[in-house]
Parts: sequence; C-alpha cells; structure tokens
Amino acid sequence: MTPSLLYAFAGAALCGIGLFGFILISHLLRKLLAFNLMGSGAFLVLVGLAQHRSGPDPVPQALVLTGIVVAIAATALAVVLIRRYYHLSGKTSLEGPAQDTPPDQARGARHE
Amino acid sequence: MTLWLMAGLLFTPLAWAVLTLLAGFRRGRTITWLGIVIQVLVSLALWAVVAGEGGFQYPLGGWQAPLGIELRVDGLAVTFVMLTALVAAASGLHAGFYLDPDKQWHRYFWPLFWFLWAGLNVVWLGNDLFNLYVGLELISLSAVGLVALGGQSEALRAALRYLMAALLGSLAYLLGVALFYGEFGSLSLSGIAFALSQDSAQDGAGFALVLMLFGLALKTALFPMHRWLPPAHGIARSPVSALLSALVVKGSFYIAARLWLELGAPLGSLALAQLLGLLGGMAVFWGGWQALRQPKLKQVVAYSSVAQIGYLFLLFPLTWNTTEVAALQAQQAMTLQVISHALAKAAMFLSAGNLIMSVGSNQVNALAGVSHFLPFSLFSFGLAGVSLMGLPPTGGFAAKWMFLQASLATSQWWWLVVLLGGGLLSAAYVFRVYRASFVEDSNIDHFFHPARRLEIIPMILALLSLGLGLMAEPVLSVMALAFANGEGT
Amino acid sequence: MTASALLPVFALMTSLTAAVIIFTLPEQKHQLRTAVNLTAAVMKLLLVGLMIWGVFQGNEYGISFPMVPGVEFILRADALAMLFAGLSAALWLLTTVYAVGYLEGSPNRSRFFGFFSLCVASTMGIALAGNLFTFFLFYEMLTLSTYPLVVHRGTPQALRAGRTYIIYTLTGGAALLFGIALLHNFSGDLPFRPGGHFEDMAPDLQIPLTIVFVILIAGLGVKAAIVPLHGWLPVAMVAPAPVSALLHAVAVVKAGAFGIVRVVFEIYGLEAASALGLLSGLAAIAAFTIVYGSVRALNQTDLKRRLAFSTVSQVSYIILGLCLAGPVGVAGGLVHLVHQGVMKITLFFCAGNYAETLGIHRIDELDGAGRRMPATSVAFTLAAFGMIGTPPLAGFITKWTMGTGALAAGMDWVIAVLVVSSLLNAAYFLPVLNRIWFREKKDAWPEERQWGRFETSAWLLWPSLITAALLILAGLLASASFSPLGWVELIVAREVDL
Repeated sequence: MTPSLLYAFAGAALCGIGLFGFILISHLLRKLLAFNLMGSGAFLVLVGLAQHRSGPDPVPQALVLTGIVVAIAATALAVVLIRRYYHLSGKTSLEGPAQDTPPDQARGARHE
Repeated sequence: MTLWLMAGLLFTPLAWAVLTLLAGFRRGRTITWLGIVIQVLVSLALWAVVAGEGGFQYPLGGWQAPLGIELRVDGLAVTFVMLTALVAAASGLHAGFYLDPDKQWHRYFWPLFWFLWAGLNVVWLGNDLFNLYVGLELISLSAVGLVALGGQSEALRAALRYLMAALLGSLAYLLGVALFYGEFGSLSLSGIAFALSQDSAQDGAGFALVLMLFGLALKTALFPMHRWLPPAHGIARSPVSALLSALVVKGSFYIAARLWLELGAPLGSLALAQLLGLLGGMAVFWGGWQALRQPKLKQVVAYSSVAQIGYLFLLFPLTWNTTEVAALQAQQAMTLQVISHALAKAAMFLSAGNLIMSVGSNQVNALAGVSHFLPFSLFSFGLAGVSLMGLPPTGGFAAKWMFLQASLATSQWWWLVVLLGGGLLSAAYVFRVYRASFVEDSNIDHFFHPARRLEIIPMILALLSLGLGLMAEPVLSVMALAFANGEGT
Repeated sequence: MTASALLPVFALMTSLTAAVIIFTLPEQKHQLRTAVNLTAAVMKLLLVGLMIWGVFQGNEYGISFPMVPGVEFILRADALAMLFAGLSAALWLLTTVYAVGYLEGSPNRSRFFGFFSLCVASTMGIALAGNLFTFFLFYEMLTLSTYPLVVHRGTPQALRAGRTYIIYTLTGGAALLFGIALLHNFSGDLPFRPGGHFEDMAPDLQIPLTIVFVILIAGLGVKAAIVPLHGWLPVAMVAPAPVSALLHAVAVVKAGAFGIVRVVFEIYGLEAASALGLLSGLAAIAAFTIVYGSVRALNQTDLKRRLAFSTVSQVSYIILGLCLAGPVGVAGGLVHLVHQGVMKITLFFCAGNYAETLGIHRIDELDGAGRRMPATSVAFTLAAFGMIGTPPLAGFITKWTMGTGALAAGMDWVIAVLVVSSLLNAAYFLPVLNRIWFREKKDAWPEERQWGRFETSAWLLWPSLITAALLILAGLLASASFSPLGWVELIVAREVDL
C-alpha cells in the first residue's frame, strides 16, 4: 500500500459518498455539491492510480487541471439554472408535480 | 491544406461562439450564417480528402499525444462530421427564422449552438479518451443551456434534470478513464487495445469498460435511463430539439460504439453484449408504446427518439464474437441508423415546430383537418415518419435491412422480433399523427402558413433521409475507410 | 446507358413527377391539375405501349444499381411485367378521367390526385421490379400512398377503415420483409428469373424453403385478400368510388396476387414449388377463398360491399390458376389478372355512377334504375355477366381456360370449384340485375341530381362504357395475339418451362 494508492482509495470512497448523496438528496444545491464531491473523487483516482503505477507523472496532473475547469463550468451552469428555476417556480427540488408558470413568464411560450 | 481544414473544423466553431457571444440576436444570426457557410465548406472539403485519400492521424498544432491533442480522421469520423454540418446548418438556418428576436435571452442560442458544434467535432475526431470526455462535457453543457432557452420553469426543470443525468454520466465515464489510465498508462484507444493484446488478464479494465458504457448509455438515454430525454427534447424550442435528437445523443453513443469495437473483444462478455442489446430492444418497445400514448406532438417525437436509439444498441450483441461479415453488417447498419435517424428526426422536430406554429397548439388532436391546407410541413413530417417506420426506400429501411441480415447471419433471431415489431409500433404512432391530420369534422377556419423558408428546410432533410436508402452503398463505401485504415494505428 | 434502358424509369417517373407537380399546385387550379394528370396518364400509356411492343419483339429493358450492400435495385420490363403494367397504365387513364368527374366540387382534390398518382407510380414499380427487394420497396410505397385515399373523406368511418387497412397491410408487409430477409440470408439476392432458382435445391434447404414460402405468401396474401387475411377489403369500401375501383381492380389486390405469381414462377419455380408440395396447399386455400367470398357476397345488402366480397373471391382465381401448374391452367390464372381488373373496375364505376347520380348505396334501392340510367346499367350488366362467366365475355375465357387446364393437370375438383363459384356468382349478381331492369321504381331516388346532358356526367359515363367495351373485346378477340389471352400465352411460352 503506497500513499498513492491510498489517494486512489480515498478517491473511490469519495466517489461512493458523492454518488450516495447525488441519488438520495433532492435539494438541488446539495445535489450539486454531491456531484462536486464525486468529481474530486474521480480526480484523486486519476492521479493516485497513475502515480502508484509509474511514479510521478505529469499527464494526469494536466488532465485533472482540465477536468477541474470543466467541473467549474458545469457547476456554474448548474448554479445559474438552479437559481433561475427557484425564481420561477419557488422550488428547490425537481420532485413533486410540475408547477404552472407564473403569469409574467407565460408569454415566453408563444409557439410551443 | 489539411492543416487549414483541421484548424477550420475545430477553431471556427469556438471562435464563432465567442464572436456571437458579443453580439445581439440579429447580428449573431448574420455572423452565424457566415460561419455555417465556412463550416459546411470545410466539412465537405475534409470529407472529399478522406474519400479520396483515406483516413489519417492528425496531431493538432504539431503537439504529440498524450499532452497534445491527436485527432483520428477516418471515414466514419468524416461521415459524421458531414452529417453534423448538414443537420447543424439546417437547424441554425431554421432557428434564425423561427426564434423570436425580441426575446433577449434568445441571443444566447448562437454561442451555445457553436459550442455544441465544436464539441461534436471533437467527439467525432478525438482519439484519446480524455479529449472525448472534454468534448462530451462541451456537448452536454451547451445542450443543457439550449434546453433552458425555452425560458419557462418547465424548461428549466427539464434542463436541470438533463444536466443531472449528463453530469452523472460524465463522471462515470471519467472514472473509467482514470481506471484505464491507471492500468495501462495510456489514454489512446488504440494504445489500450494494443496493451490488452499483449496481456489479456485485466479484471479492473473490464470494470472500467462497464463503468464507461454505463455513463455513455445514460447520456444516450438508453432504456431504462431515458427518463430525462422526453421532457428535455419535448420542451426545447424546435431547432434545439432537432439538434439534441439528431446529434447530441449520437455523440455519446459514438464513443460507446468506438470503445466497444476496439475493446469489446478482450474486455466484454456475452452477458454484457446481450444485456445492452436487450435494453435496446426494450427501449424500442417502451419508447414506441409511450410515443403512442402521448397527447403532445413533440412528446410523440421525443419518445420516438428513445425507441430509435434502442436500435443502435443492437450493435453490441451483433459485433461481439461474431464473424467479420456479420460484424461489418452490424456496423453499417448502425451507421445508417445514426444518419437516417439524425436526418429524419431533425426534419420531424423542425416540421413539428412549424405545425405547432400553424395550428397554435401542441396537441396531436389539434392537427384535425390540417391536411386540408396542404401544409408542406405535414409532408416533411410524413416523409420523416416513413424513415422512422423503416419502410423502403428510406435510410431507416436500409438500416433495418442490414440489422436483419446481421441478426440472421449470427443466428440471433430474437432481434428480428425487435426489428419487425418495433417497425410496426413506430408505424402506429406515426399513423396516429397522420390520422389526426385527416380528420374532417373540425372547423378550424384560420390556419397560419409559416414562411416558405421555414418549411423548405425540414423538407430537404426529410428528402435526404428518404434518399439515403437509395444511396446507402456510396455512403457506406466512404464509411468503410474507417474500418480499413483505423485498425492498429 | 441507352434510351431503351431508361424506358422503365420514364414509365415510373411520369406518375411520380405528376404527383410532385400536383402536390405543389394550389388547390384551386383544377383545370391545370386535370391537364397534368391526363398528360401524365397518356404519356405513361404510350411508354408502356412502346415497351410492350419492344418486349413482343424480344427486347429486354432494364436498369439496376446497388442500393444497400448485397442488394440491387432492379427495374426490368419482361412479358409478365408488361401484363400488369399495361393493365395499370390503361386503367389509370380511365380512372383518372372518372375521378376528375367524381370529385368535381369536393374539397382536398390536390391531396387526392397527388396520392393517386403516387399510388399508380408504386403499381408501376411493382410491375417492373426485378427482384423481391425492389418489389417490396414499391409494395410498401403502395400501402403508404393508398392510406390517404382510403381515409380521404375524413369521416370517423373512413378513419376506422383506414386504421384497419393500415394494420393489415403493414403487418403483411412486415411478414413479407421477414420472408425476404430469410430468403436473402440463405441464398443471397435473387433476381426474378423464369423457372425460378430452386430447380435442384439441396435437400437440407427443403424445410427452410417451405417455411419461407408460407411467410412470403402470408405477407402477400394480405393484399391479395386471401381468406383469412381479407378483413380489410370490405371495410375499405367507405373510400370514394374511384379509389375502390383502383384498390380492387388494379392496385392493391393485384399487387398481392402479382407478387404471389412472381414468387411462385420466378423465385421458386413451378417445378420446385410443386415438388415441395406447396402448390396443393395454396390451391386449397385459394379454392376455399373463392367459395367463401362468393357465399359472403350473397347476403350483403350494400352494393359496394357485395362487390368487395366478390373481389375476395375473384382474385383467388389467379392463384388457383397458378396452382394448376400446367401451361393452360397458368394461362387461365394470369389472364384473370387482366380480366378481373377490367370487369371489376366496370362494376365499381357503375356503382359509383348510381351513388353519385341517384344516391343509391343499397341493393334494394336499385329498383328500376335501368330505365333512369340505361347506359350505366348496360355496362353493369355486361360486367356482371362477365363475372358469372357467360360467353363470349372476358370472364368466360378465364373459366374456360382454367377448366381445360384443370383437366390437363388431373385436378378435376377444380372444375367443381369453378362450377360452384359460377353458380354463386349468378346467385348474387342476377338478383341485382333483376332489380335494375325488371322492378318498378318504388319511390323517389335517395338523392338525385341532374348532371350534364347524359344520364350522368360524361366524365363518369365514358370510362364505364369503355371498360365495358374492353371486356367484350377481351372475350371476342381472345385468340388475337394482342388480347390479354394472347399475351399471357406469350408469357407462358417464354417463362414457364414445362
């Protein structure tokens, strides 16, 4: 058991916890956090497992950097959407029956 | 020459995304149309190069993998690049007329549209697993943004649902990438395949493959992970739905197919192959059945996508451990199905949008008496429907025929039930729409004829999907370059 | 590529182009539409005439190109193809004239004539198809293009009929596709070839070939309205009269019957099919259908429904003729393809005339119609006698030839079937004729309208009279080389190698 492998296992554990939250939690923001946790777990696995095999390796570091950028973009988009959804429907989760659109927005749907 | 083509293919969409981000809707539209012309020409030129000289590997900017980005330009990839150019151009043109310029949030359609196009090209051409991940994310995020353009809370709800599914799928895929890299120290598909051929006992790698296939199937909306698709595709504006159904789901499927064709033989198993095929078959029936029951026109079309995606997954059992002839037939069938479904579904969504605009309602029953007014869009819808039913001479039929031949050649006769039954089921939901349009007892007195240019675009797409069946042979001959030159590089 | 190779393509394109033009014409341009329609129909008739002449001289016209890997798209004009193509080209012209008159003043004519032309294009394609794959292509196109015609009126009844029609035909199509795919799987792409492909088949192919035959016939039998697959036909009667005429006489049922002819003759070959014992089974089903259709026709009160069951019965003559497996019997079956078409289209034209002019739909309303509409009634009477098999009309030629063939083949029971069927034909046609000519008119016609100088519109009257004349000529001139029988004998001489 090298430290690198430990990172990898920790990453796997994080992924598991994140998945647990992602599926069970209905509050959208918390769901998003759970997703971020999973993302971090995946990055840890990526770096840890590779270093365990072949020592320090620049490639996974570069990949994780890219991955973090992607994750930030995704998180930002999700936050914007969640906020807008909350403003329009007053809800923080996707559960429950669909709500009618507040009247001031209904004109947005002329065609369909 | 190739340098410019490759740069054009990936750089133009990204540059145009930034440009249109700075402009309003109308100026963005002008810029976009200019960009569409460039993109279509570049795609055509690349297609011609590959059709003439065969495929090649291309390190972007001269940087070699793994840190640089290496592209794999083969027949299959350029076929899909061309398809993307066609469908995206059609949707982009249509959107320019269809979207209301006075809604200020519609200006974001253009940058999202371009990011989507960039992501798609990355996926078709990418050769290493991580770049494919980036491409996938680019596609998913811009697709989610496009869905949210609808504006109402329902659209946002659908977009969020879509986003959650897409994120989960991407993560599963990423985890698989991490495991592969940890195992083989390589990110290129061919590199991993090579390592596997040296040393076959790799248990972890099998798990990684399953993980990645799960993620990709989730993003492709394979039954029973399809629940996010119908709301998202149904509620989006019609040009967006067209892009999503025609291209976006194909992106993730394409990666899954590539993974399977390169790594399926050493890492897959009979059970996995049959399971994926079985889920595909269930998708065909469930999607068709649901499509039959939807009251809203666009929901019918959206559920039909779930069903049509199901056919694609027959690729897995039909290529696992089968003869080369049958495997080739299955690959050809898959390619034809991707192309014909993309064309037909884009035509269907665009014409459904026109029809909804004409009658002012999104219900199927509101179409009563519409055929009275001879709307061009109804014809486009009908022609596209013929392709979905898999009736000759459409591309859908050519695909079905090849699937039938592959199933018979591998003695997997149970897929015949899916292919023939699924065709009848899709006939049922398509004819439900035709039937509604022939009802004579309604008294609609006003019927709004959409502009001709809005009606002509879906017609062209529908005719292309119709003609694909007659042209299948030449199309497939270019695609075949992929499988000849793509091996062992 | 020579011009003669393109003849079949042109024959196909005339009605296809007409369809496209008609769809793009605005609804109000009635005269222009009629002009396009008639021009296309005349052109097609000329082209087919040219090809018939060429084929008679021994030329072959054809074109083929690869469509899907392993499968070719083949159009080919041979003698058998010309039989069907000639029938459909001639009757298309007459039906177009009839339909123009019939639909005068009704809505959605642009849609109607567009699909009408598409339907004829598919029929042409079916006739000219050079392999099962191409045949299937046009066979399904026919299904799709006839649906809008069946539901044309848009009434709930028409829509229900359309649903029944589409369920039957598409399921049949799926069965046919299944059969074609199976056949393709173990023997590759099979072009139609006189004598078939399985003269000396391997013994282990016998069982699969039998299974495939049953599937193919089941698929084709839906359109040919073989019992128990005939359910759609009487229901589809709600369609406008020209559509019924087209469905019954030319396009749909004939497409099925013609497909069976192709499969038996040119895929399996008569010899192989009878060696496998397939023909006797088919003969039994056909004989049952003949009798069953006639019996059901007896107790129909609706004129068009009676005619529909008569079609169920009559189409199986063609199939029964094939099963006689001798040159004479086969000729009898094939010639009925044309004869039944001409006779049945006359009957439907006349039924349409009664319905449009006097509002008559039920048989008991026909009392005294002969005096009000003598010309129509004469045509109807001729066609009815033809169906019964009175010499010297077309139907007699069929029955006579088939009877001779049955004796030659040693299948004497077929004679009994022919006799019973003729008696039943008489039993359901003579009462109708009796009402038309010998009963007094009871009360006012249900819905009378004055239409033109004659008893009804000239557009409706002339086609009926011309087809009636044709069915006399087909009988009188049966021994001429260009009569249907003469042509069929040419086919038999060329194709059936016995």
